[in-house]
Amino acid sequence: MLEIKCPYCGKRSQNEFSYGGDAAVKRPELGKEVSDKEWDNFVYLRKNPRGNHREFWHHVAGCRQWFKVLRDTSTHEIFKTARLDEEL
Amino acid sequence: MTQEYRLKKNGYINRNKKISFKFNGKKYFGFEGDTLASALLANGVHLVGRSFKYHRPRGFLGAGVDEPNAKFQLYSKETTEPNIVATEIELVEGLVAKSQNCWPSVNFDFGAINNLLSKIFPAGFYYKTFMWPKNFWYKIYEPIIRRAAGLGIAPMKPDNDRYEHKFEFCDVLVVGSGPSGLAGALAAAKNGARVILAEDKSRFGGSLLNDEVTIGNKKGKDWADETILQLKSMSNVIVKNRSQVFGYYDHNMMVMIERTKDHIEKPTKYTPRQKLWYIRTKETILSTGSIERPLVFGNNDRPGIMLASAAKEYLKTYGVLVGKKPIIFSNNDGAYDLAIEFKKNGIDPLVIDIREKSNSTAVKEAKNLGIDIKFSHAIANTNGYKKVNSATIGKLNKDKTGYENLENVSCDCICVSGNWTPTVHLSSQSGNKLKFQEKIDAFVPEKSKQNESTVGSAKGIFTLKESLEDGFKLGYELSNKITKKNIKSSIPPSNERNQDRHDKFWCMPLPKNKDYKRCVDFQNDVYVSDIELAVREGFRSIEHVKRYTTLGMATDQGKTSNLNGLQLVSNIEKKIIPEVGHTTFRPPYTPITIGAIVGREVGKHYRPTRKSPMHLWHEKNNAVFVDAGLWLRPRYYKQGNETLQDAAKREATNVRNNIGICDVTSLGKIDIKGSDSAEFLNRIYTNAWMKLPVGKARYGVMLREDGIVFDDGTTTRISENHFHMTTTTAQAANVLSHLEYYLQVVWPDLDVNVLSTTEQWAGVALAGPNSRNLLGKLFPNIDVSNEALPFMGFKKGDLFGVPARIFRISFSGELAFEINVESGYGIFMWEKIMELGKEMNIEPYGTEALSTLRIEMGHVAGSEIDGRVIPSDLSLDGMISKKKDFIGKRSLNRQAFVELDREKIVGVVPIDKKTMIPEGSHLVANRNASLPNPKLGHISASCWSVEYNNPFSLAILKDGKKRIGEKLYALSPLKNKSIEVEIVSSHYVDPKGERVRS
Ligand SMILES: [Zn+2]
Repeated sequence: MLEIKCPYCGKRSQNEFSYGGDAAVKRPELGKEVSDKEWDNFVYLRKNPRGNHREFWHHVAGCRQWFKVLRDTSTHEIFKTARLDEEL
Repeated sequence: MTQEYRLKKNGYINRNKKISFKFNGKKYFGFEGDTLASALLANGVHLVGRSFKYHRPRGFLGAGVDEPNAKFQLYSKETTEPNIVATEIELVEGLVAKSQNCWPSVNFDFGAINNLLSKIFPAGFYYKTFMWPKNFWYKIYEPIIRRAAGLGIAPMKPDNDRYEHKFEFCDVLVVGSGPSGLAGALAAAKNGARVILAEDKSRFGGSLLNDEVTIGNKKGKDWADETILQLKSMSNVIVKNRSQVFGYYDHNMMVMIERTKDHIEKPTKYTPRQKLWYIRTKETILSTGSIERPLVFGNNDRPGIMLASAAKEYLKTYGVLVGKKPIIFSNNDGAYDLAIEFKKNGIDPLVIDIREKSNSTAVKEAKNLGIDIKFSHAIANTNGYKKVNSATIGKLNKDKTGYENLENVSCDCICVSGNWTPTVHLSSQSGNKLKFQEKIDAFVPEKSKQNESTVGSAKGIFTLKESLEDGFKLGYELSNKITKKNIKSSIPPSNERNQDRHDKFWCMPLPKNKDYKRCVDFQNDVYVSDIELAVREGFRSIEHVKRYTTLGMATDQGKTSNLNGLQLVSNIEKKIIPEVGHTTFRPPYTPITIGAIVGREVGKHYRPTRKSPMHLWHEKNNAVFVDAGLWLRPRYYKQGNETLQDAAKREATNVRNNIGICDVTSLGKIDIKGSDSAEFLNRIYTNAWMKLPVGKARYGVMLREDGIVFDDGTTTRISENHFHMTTTTAQAANVLSHLEYYLQVVWPDLDVNVLSTTEQWAGVALAGPNSRNLLGKLFPNIDVSNEALPFMGFKKGDLFGVPARIFRISFSGELAFEINVESGYGIFMWEKIMELGKEMNIEPYGTEALSTLRIEMGHVAGSEIDGRVIPSDLSLDGMISKKKDFIGKRSLNRQAFVELDREKIVGVVPIDKKTMIPEGSHLVANRNASLPNPKLGHISASCWSVEYNNPFSLAILKDGKKRIGEKLYALSPLKNKSIEVEIVSSHYVDPKGERVRS
């Protein structure tokens, strides 16, 4: 079980959080023309790298804030966590 | 029978307390402090089981977690449990155990015929034999294999024992209480660290219990006892015996199982059987010790052949002789300790040593005691069916490929020692790489991956002096990192026998023209010939050899067999061991019970039961409840002998004819505030929200980004910048997370706050033609006319002094209102409504009637919004704004979503107007088509239409709208039904929606 440092609450066990996917994915702006391919990339395609991964987590059973985590997907090492308005 | 192998002295057992137990139907005695294994050996019982595949007679090999053979079925009054390791279970009065994997008995085992047939059961036998003919697999092979492969019998009743979970945090966790572990724990604790010391066995001390050593001028065991007392007296230390740390997980999470009950003769009702500890530690000291390796020789798996370290433990800890005419067979000095112990207790051992000589003090001492030692000798084979009775020994030739001579020597046990394998499981689980250490022919931890350090023999240090130094040094360094204190403990002097080098030779050659079985993996019945065969057949990767031969699998996980298997493969392949590599060490290190993993997560799994403020009223009025997520909702209010369907019909009819009241508290409610609230809703919902006037509600549908319908509900504009959103009961939590995601991650610039208010409000729905009349009585000061409070209108009211919110919304399709008051007034509201509604024939209705009403109106719910539908599938095309963008809109252009023949919502009526169509039935064109019958759609919800007095269902049907009027069949193989049906509109009742606007 991972130990994740919520930028607002501090270190907590993984079971207080839920995973929110790749933080590098940016939703196309509402109302903007988007090609099929771009939209397909946004909705379905993810990189799934082995190694460093920037991702969103949600402190569901805590402060309910979304935040960013830099994690190694093969070792689960967490290098840094940050608020959404901070650099990761 | 007296315990004829029990010594008069020795051992840490309580000889004043005799304990009786039963094994394979026979009564025996042991002492308090015995394990089941030591008590059986005290009685001379060696034959304890049959091997897995060939059913060869087997005895004890080890004395602890390394025991591969002695797995018993345990019986108590209530239950039975398989695969209990006899070396790990402590003797308690009345214990009943039986051997496994033998029929009819361990003495006469029918399966032993497999041994005679072993030529046809080689490695990979299952893979080769049971492949064809294909249809034999299910009917013949699989049942036979299942019966033959079971190790024990699973209990058939629920587990009555209590298992608990515990969460703990510490600075330094020390695993193992041998010399290096004790040293580490003491040094860290004295330097102020919060320490947990975990020992698997019931006694602390590890090797100090059985070794003739001194520490600080005390016997090793006494030093261990004193150190434990000292640690226990410190407030920053938790000391636990009977506690196995079995897994090293991410971020230094260690999991430990503590045995808390089975060793207690009279536990209380609330004594948990086991406790599972989740320990988050800053640093870990792994002093997990090492396990002796067997030597491999002809018929080395007979009862009476065991590890020398085990024999020493039985002798020193339990005062039990494993035999009176022992042979000790070794390639190192470790086994001489045992020889000396035998001799001191009046037994003359014969030592067979593979080495040409040794200059250790142990060997000198043995020689001085007059012990018979044969250097350069080996055991080629053994004899004796149910217990070893002689060994064929011989002088090894120069290159150790054969024997110069062979002779038979009688014996009643053989104690073998093939040097030590460090227990690196936890270290490896933490993510460490292992390196092969030539000096000891074994793997040791290399670099640390997490915050763990290995000490003592677990990292290949086999002298007491170095182990103590290592432990004290590490305990100080790790605690210093955390506490920043500098309190150093002095390292006590120690004294031990010194040792010479071991001989790498471990697998004895077969004598000429002999084909003896040489066992490598005792638990999985894997022999030298199996591994040779696997390599011959082309299996090169050690992971493949493992799976093909089953070497190192099952509960044992290769504790005694892994390295020997590796050495064998590397010998055959002529590779060095590091090139062959090792298999992966996975948790758990030892088997643990499912009960411990589950803990108190039984029944409702700790989840709270959510009850509405009106729950007690429902109970008093014969409500039958149904689980709706965590909520308990009245399903129907039972009158007399009514069935569920009778009640639903009665309640729904009363809504259509008079008025009904339904508890809708469980609906998700989200308060939305902020100057951008309308803009936010406009982005989240598919329809337009900017122009919703204050005091009006609107129905909304939200999609996921992939265009699939996510949830629906009504949202009301309470004031300019304040909205009240409702969600379905099931999706309430997910919708809140969804909203938070968009507000925090995607549009942080929007000025909006969301908060769940589900539990702040008690809600009721009043539905039926009389509902306006009743509303007028409840709120005499409000104009409730159709003009003043039209469909989708909202007003605040005063319910006899209680502030209330009144929404004119309808799920039932009738003229209906929902009233919300603060939760604490819920029961007041309900009772007031019942009181004033009496003259209008008000009756409560439950979720079943609610479903009936919504189904015949064609309103969708969770059974239609099933994660596979887009709005147009549910005839919600009108909800899609053409003018604005919203979450998921772009996906609706996907080719699959614009196909003309998509499955869409329709109504279904049985032709006979009598037969209820089971939910989940498939709609097909031809009821007799050959399987698989092409499926056109499925029934999502069924009810008895109270409007038409016949069954009615909703279905999602391919090209549904075009099929209205068609006749199809609803097939339910589960219910064995095939029903002729007609497809109709999903809006079965009041298709124009006149009632809700009346
Ligand atoms: Zn938090």
